[in-house]
Amino acid sequence: MNKVLMKGNEAIGEAAIRAGCLNYFAYPITPQSEVAEYLSKRMPEVGGVFLQGESEVAVSYMIFGAAACGERVFTTSSSPGISLMSEGISYIVGAECPAVFVNIMRGGPGLGGILPSQADYLQATKGIGHGDCRLLVMAPASVQEAVEMVMMAFPLAEKYRNPVIILGDGLIGQMMEPVVFPDHLKSAPSNKDDWATSGMETRKSNKRNLVKSLYLDPEALNAHNLKLKAKYDRMKEEEIRYVTYNTEGDYSVLIVSYGTMSRVCRSALESLKTQGLEVALVRPQTLFPFPEKAVFDAASKESCRHVLSVEMSMGQMVEDIERSVQGKRPVSWYGKCGGEVPTPEEVMDAVKDLMRT
Amino acid sequence: MAKTFLKPKCLSDQETHYCPGCTHGIIHRLVAEAIDALGIAGRTVGIAPVGCAVICYNYFTFDFQEAAHGRAPAMATGIKRVRPDLMVFTYQGDGDLASIGMGEIVHAANRGEKFTTVFVNNAVYGMTGGQMAPTTMPDQKTTTTPFGRRVEEVGMPVRMAELLATLSTPGYISRQAVLAPKYVLRAKKAIRKAFQYQMENRCFSFVEVISTCPTNWGMTPTEAIDWAQKTMLPYYPLGDLKTPEPVKEG
Ligand SMILES: Cc1ncc(C[n+]2csc(CCOP(=O)(O)OP(=O)(O)O)c2C)c(N)n1
Ligand code: SF4
Repeated sequence: MNKVLMKGNEAIGEAAIRAGCLNYFAYPITPQSEVAEYLSKRMPEVGGVFLQGESEVAVSYMIFGAAACGERVFTTSSSPGISLMSEGISYIVGAECPAVFVNIMRGGPGLGGILPSQADYLQATKGIGHGDCRLLVMAPASVQEAVEMVMMAFPLAEKYRNPVIILGDGLIGQMMEPVVFPDHLKSAPSNKDDWATSGMETRKSNKRNLVKSLYLDPEALNAHNLKLKAKYDRMKEEEIRYVTYNTEGDYSVLIVSYGTMSRVCRSALESLKTQGLEVALVRPQTLFPFPEKAVFDAASKESCRHVLSVEMSMGQMVEDIERSVQGKRPVSWYGKCGGEVPTPEEVMDAVKDLMRT
Repeated sequence: MAKTFLKPKCLSDQETHYCPGCTHGIIHRLVAEAIDALGIAGRTVGIAPVGCAVICYNYFTFDFQEAAHGRAPAMATGIKRVRPDLMVFTYQGDGDLASIGMGEIVHAANRGEKFTTVFVNNAVYGMTGGQMAPTTMPDQKTTTTPFGRRVEEVGMPVRMAELLATLSTPGYISRQAVLAPKYVLRAKKAIRKAFQYQMENRCFSFVEVISTCPTNWGMTPTEAIDWAQKTMLPYYPLGDLKTPEPVKEG
């Protein structure tokens, strides 16, 4: 396995190809247009499909149409673009098609800014589309992890017949880091003959397939939603991923942080350690399903007095943390949401402020 | 006794949900006949719109996808790009295609996507109860133009076929009607031609079909046919507006 130095956005594009996805539709938006630029060259080299759609709305339906044929397909965008894709995402969930979306988040609301942000947490985890619609949400903290998550996302989307979204902040897209594309994460597309509209001749079948999300009969729609819920419940059983740091010994503050922000928190944690101040960190790698038990366990440590959510949003993850902690510890928030990444020193100050209370 | 009138193979036996006198059924039949004639049902994927034809897949026997309102051309694009060997058509109403989905159809046509669109122009939103469509005629009363369409407020009806024919990308753009047998025969030819162009991987193909919605026009089926002939045909002239063939001089 060769190590190569790559910009996050390009590595994300390459990872999809390495994962066996040769179909990409997208609309340009900062800070992730490099994915499209990269794939516009790369897809023709590997005999894949690259198409710049006329809008994110259209792109989400190009994804839908291709996914409904049983082909691996993905797109990348940033916050305002994901809002436009929200309609299509809901239809894809309703029609139970696998697809992969990447959101390299920028600041909002509205046009917001083009600098890194994590302000689409609630959108991704709770409100990605109308109806009882959920995506598996993965949040990488490095370019390497972004690569791995993209590669994992395709078989996961197929396992659940449900889209997966990778939620990265702008830094993940813009950073240059050494990466490897792990061979063991390559996967063959699953057999989709029992549902995909791949053409009856292709399947050598005279049973036609229908991909739809309309259920006019209330009982049928309820049953359909129960089926979707069972998938989300299964994700909670089988897909929760997280990493803990410094949870073995005693600590008075537990930080919960994900993505690039969690790396800053780790630096802060190390520096605080040299000052004799112990802090633990839980880094969710999946945001939905949320690592509730890991956060609960870490917060339940006898010595732990505070839980601090550190994020580049105005505290959107706090509710999930509170839910996990179940009132055992107070949960507070520190963060910035204009595009500046809080420094380790700022995180240390926030932790020290908490320790004083 | 020999049967002289057969149901196309790729149409199911199911009774349709369309109102009496609705022309959707005729257009379904024309699509099915074209698909049968070309022998392509086994590699065809239809895309149902949001509109009265949303469950048209109940009447066809091959693969189908159900779109969101107006987005069928983007879905068709997705399919054709990843599976160019499949035959793909969208079936869309005038609210679906000319209003909410205007962007998707124009760009798909302009990219020259190799799929076929059957565009049912019945001058209203049928499914939601007869509201104004972009194709509603001047002074036509609908449930949202109780005093008739005021063109000084909402503009003139959109002529989709003409609009798409202005694009420089080659395409097959035709307008037909199903208001009398002679029109139906021509429409049948055009729809078949549209699929043929797709089969040959030539171009985007589009057939607008002037149709009726007796229910929402508040007319009997025959009154609706008369009204469409008198009111719609002069504004929406029939025929091929554009073909991918080189233009013959003189
Ligand atoms: C995003 C969205 N907006 C609105 C609707 C409601 N809606 C359903 S069908 C329809 C109009 C359909 O009219 P048309 O396309 O003319 O087809 P027809 O029913 O006349 O065949 C509308 C507005 C919807 N389903 N989705
Ligand atoms: S409402 Fe109009 S378009 Fe819809 S089925 Fe009835 S007649 Fe046809």
